[in-house]
Amino acid sequence: MAIEIQPESAQAPGGGEPGTPRTARPWWLRPGWHTALIGAVVGYVLGHLLGNFIGSGYQQVAHSNDNDMAIVLGYLFLILGWLIGLGVFNDLVRQMLGHPIPHGDIEPETGLARYFRYTLDHKVVGIQYLFGMITYFLTGGLFAMAIRTELLSPSYHVLSPSAYLMVVGEHGTMMMMMMTSVITGPLGNYFVPLMIGSKRTAFPRIEALSFWLTPCAYVILLSSVLFGGFPTGWTGYAPLSVQAGEGMDGYAIAFGLMGISMILAGFNLICTIICYRAPGMRWGRLPMFVWAMLTVSFLFVLAAPVLVGGMYMIITDRTVQTAFFVNQLGGSSYLYQDLFWFFGHPEVYILALPGFGIVSEVIPVFCRKPLFGYKVAAAGMFGVALLSFFVWQHHLFDSGIDPDMRPLFMLTTEMISIPTGFIYLVALGTFWKAKIRLTVPMLFAIGFYINFLFGGISGVVLSDVPADVTSHGSFFVMAHFHFTIMGGLIFAFFGGVYYWLPKMMGIKLNERLGKWNFWIMFIAFNSTFMPLFAVGELGQPRRVFEYASNLQTINDWVSISAFVLGFGILLFLINFVMSTVVWREPATGNPWRSRGLEWQVSSPPPADNFENIPVVLSGPYEYGDPNALPVADLNPPAGVISGALAGAGSEG
Amino acid sequence: MAEESASPSGPPAERNDGLRLAILWVVASAICCPLVYIVWGPHLPPGAMSSSASGQQFDLTVLATIATPVVLGVLIYFAYALTFWRAKAGDETDAPPIHGHTRIQLIWIVATSTIVLALAVFGTYELIAPAGAGGGEGPQPIWKPNTSNILQVQVIAQQWAFTYRYPQYGGMETTQLVLPLNQAVQFNVTSLDVIHDFWAYQLGVKADANPGVNNVAYTTPQHTGSFVVRCDELCGLWHGAMYDYGQVMSVSGFQAWAQQTETAMAKITAALPPYALTYDPTVVPVLGKVLVQLGLTGAGGGFYNPNDPEQP
Repeated sequence: MAIEIQPESAQAPGGGEPGTPRTARPWWLRPGWHTALIGAVVGYVLGHLLGNFIGSGYQQVAHSNDNDMAIVLGYLFLILGWLIGLGVFNDLVRQMLGHPIPHGDIEPETGLARYFRYTLDHKVVGIQYLFGMITYFLTGGLFAMAIRTELLSPSYHVLSPSAYLMVVGEHGTMMMMMMTSVITGPLGNYFVPLMIGSKRTAFPRIEALSFWLTPCAYVILLSSVLFGGFPTGWTGYAPLSVQAGEGMDGYAIAFGLMGISMILAGFNLICTIICYRAPGMRWGRLPMFVWAMLTVSFLFVLAAPVLVGGMYMIITDRTVQTAFFVNQLGGSSYLYQDLFWFFGHPEVYILALPGFGIVSEVIPVFCRKPLFGYKVAAAGMFGVALLSFFVWQHHLFDSGIDPDMRPLFMLTTEMISIPTGFIYLVALGTFWKAKIRLTVPMLFAIGFYINFLFGGISGVVLSDVPADVTSHGSFFVMAHFHFTIMGGLIFAFFGGVYYWLPKMMGIKLNERLGKWNFWIMFIAFNSTFMPLFAVGELGQPRRVFEYASNLQTINDWVSISAFVLGFGILLFLINFVMSTVVWREPATGNPWRSRGLEWQVSSPPPADNFENIPVVLSGPYEYGDPNALPVADLNPPAGVISGALAGAGSEG
Repeated sequence: MAEESASPSGPPAERNDGLRLAILWVVASAICCPLVYIVWGPHLPPGAMSSSASGQQFDLTVLATIATPVVLGVLIYFAYALTFWRAKAGDETDAPPIHGHTRIQLIWIVATSTIVLALAVFGTYELIAPAGAGGGEGPQPIWKPNTSNILQVQVIAQQWAFTYRYPQYGGMETTQLVLPLNQAVQFNVTSLDVIHDFWAYQLGVKADANPGVNNVAYTTPQHTGSFVVRCDELCGLWHGAMYDYGQVMSVSGFQAWAQQTETAMAKITAALPPYALTYDPTVVPVLGKVLVQLGLTGAGGGFYNPNDPEQP
């Protein structure tokens, strides 16, 4: 077991001798997002020129006058230029040239500038992710407002059909690809080391890289607007995606890039959780949030490669005329659907599991009770993660796959509700005769359980093949996954931010505004998406700008609720900005009186998380047990660590 | 893990929470389940216009009825917990340390597994008995209607319209979908360009239209009237406008319509490619960029560029 016992700087991982100290350079000469931006622009221009040079001879380019090769190479060089400008490869090049790697900066950076640079501290990466994810989420949310504005009328009136499709595609893709990391990125990276008693994550460079790829993916995805967007929605079904205009390239590159970011983030977290637990942090004492991060990370590394492969094939189909997905030329449009959903269904659980983790973490604190059925909760997460790889063909029930497959995939899909039920058993058991404190995180957790209940129940309807014939591809599906993702993941994320922001910034979000935020969001959310179940069953397909005129009243109701929901999310933003910038109400060490290991250090945590590696003495949920030991000894007497380490190898 | 007893250890002889919850739940379910099944069920979509539609309606009714106690159980539990198990103001103490309860966990796991497996069996039966329940079964359907008198209708999807071919009526092609009452219909759904989806809403039929693939779905109309056909798979610019209306007529009305249309269309039918289960889009006009370069343009010489905002 690789447990760091030296009080090593969290910012200076990697091998090599301590280098000679560098002289201080002004900030604008050091790599940061401004140099990265320059690199990206230069990279795009170079790539585009190269693509024009290669692709101009193509018959197709001459015919249609659009050169996907130039766009794709432009994007790829943009990514490369961005990373070079950011200084990602600096240490690598130094090492290759035989120079020593400077250990950390001249003085550990504490200023604001470190948040705009390739910083290796997991706490900085967490904060970067937090601001990034909120930006991506709000961008996607604005597109949703545009969709609901268009759907106020049963024919098209605000957006042209092509603009509507563009907005639908941008909304769907922004939410589904960026939000995969909405919890794992900020809260996972920040809290996993703190929760397992480690000073750092296993691969800080990979972790920082996983974040810095996301702004790239975000910009590339948005840039497809300049090419007229893409007409396929977030699923990108071939052959439509092969036929589509140049905006499609942005979709494929951005989604593939986000897939790579997921793989990197996943490996880092898996290795951290397995190898960097403090002595005494047995598997049976691991906080539920860490279990969720572990299962999600396995889904990341096992599912995302399939996505990257699928996107790669789309790109080659579009540029160099391979025909993976063109039926007439020996390919198969089913191949794309299979590849996409083989990633896409585990992805749905990539979105659900972190939510399970957060609510399971929050409810014992505010019920003042141990988590009911700890092993059941962990088993539920593993069961969901495992089964998620065996259900993807339920997206293809009506597509003309081998009909024999359908009872099988109906069974596997319905089986997922068994481990999901475990999560509910744990919640109900934890609430039993509890002493409930209705704080904002707790409200969001309860909101999660109620929203996800409807998401789960409607999922059973969709898994039933005959019922799915009506519901498939309609607004019913759309309402279903908004209940699980928006009502589940995003509610859990907000709950997590309210719960952990005092730890991350030492600042408490305003409680009163937080309650307004929750109630407006919760009511508006249900008022938006509950009627959409009916809209779908009444025959409105997804992604249409025209619908039956008798559905206008209900669609208008939904749109107005959606605007209120948007206002509720705006309240979160207002609360976040006002609390962190203007009010700055300081949070004392452990405002929730939580037993979690992350709450035992000061807020915000010191640079190295723990002065000494702590020795974990008991589980994190032993509330109400008078005999329970404190969760950890933060300053174990000398000799205890080495003694624990000697036993750690056999303990596993 | 400590397997302590979860049996009520709260304030003695005050209230039996378990019993009260159980009574609330049973009473609420006993009221709501029959309401859902008897009152709401017959109004559930997609109606009863065809065999597959009424099958789906029955399915939705059963699922809604089973879901009712589950939803009620969780909601009642949370409502009860938030009413009775709130911390009193100023009470900073912890609640009883209950780590788990083996019997309850076992009962829960067995109960949910039983429900889920029963649902899977029910779904499979409801899929097989009504000949695939109106869903697309692919080129080799294994569940077929129990009759030899089947009307063949080919649905040809393209950007952004459906056309229908009746091989038993001289292979005529029309933009109108007309079906006879009480006769089994076999839809052969295919596409000329990208993936579409043929969704005859009131008939409870949904089948993807894939280029180069014949996707078969069955139904038997049970009532006359008109129904909506929509494209249900995003297929490009005018996806939202890709819909038309079909008609279920009496058998004699259908025969009259078919013969009249066959005669009227005779000239056009002769110019069409011979009836086949799929059409090679390099022969029949089509498709995307890869084929545009061959100089081929779309249906009827009217290929729409994906960015072209022209009315179809």
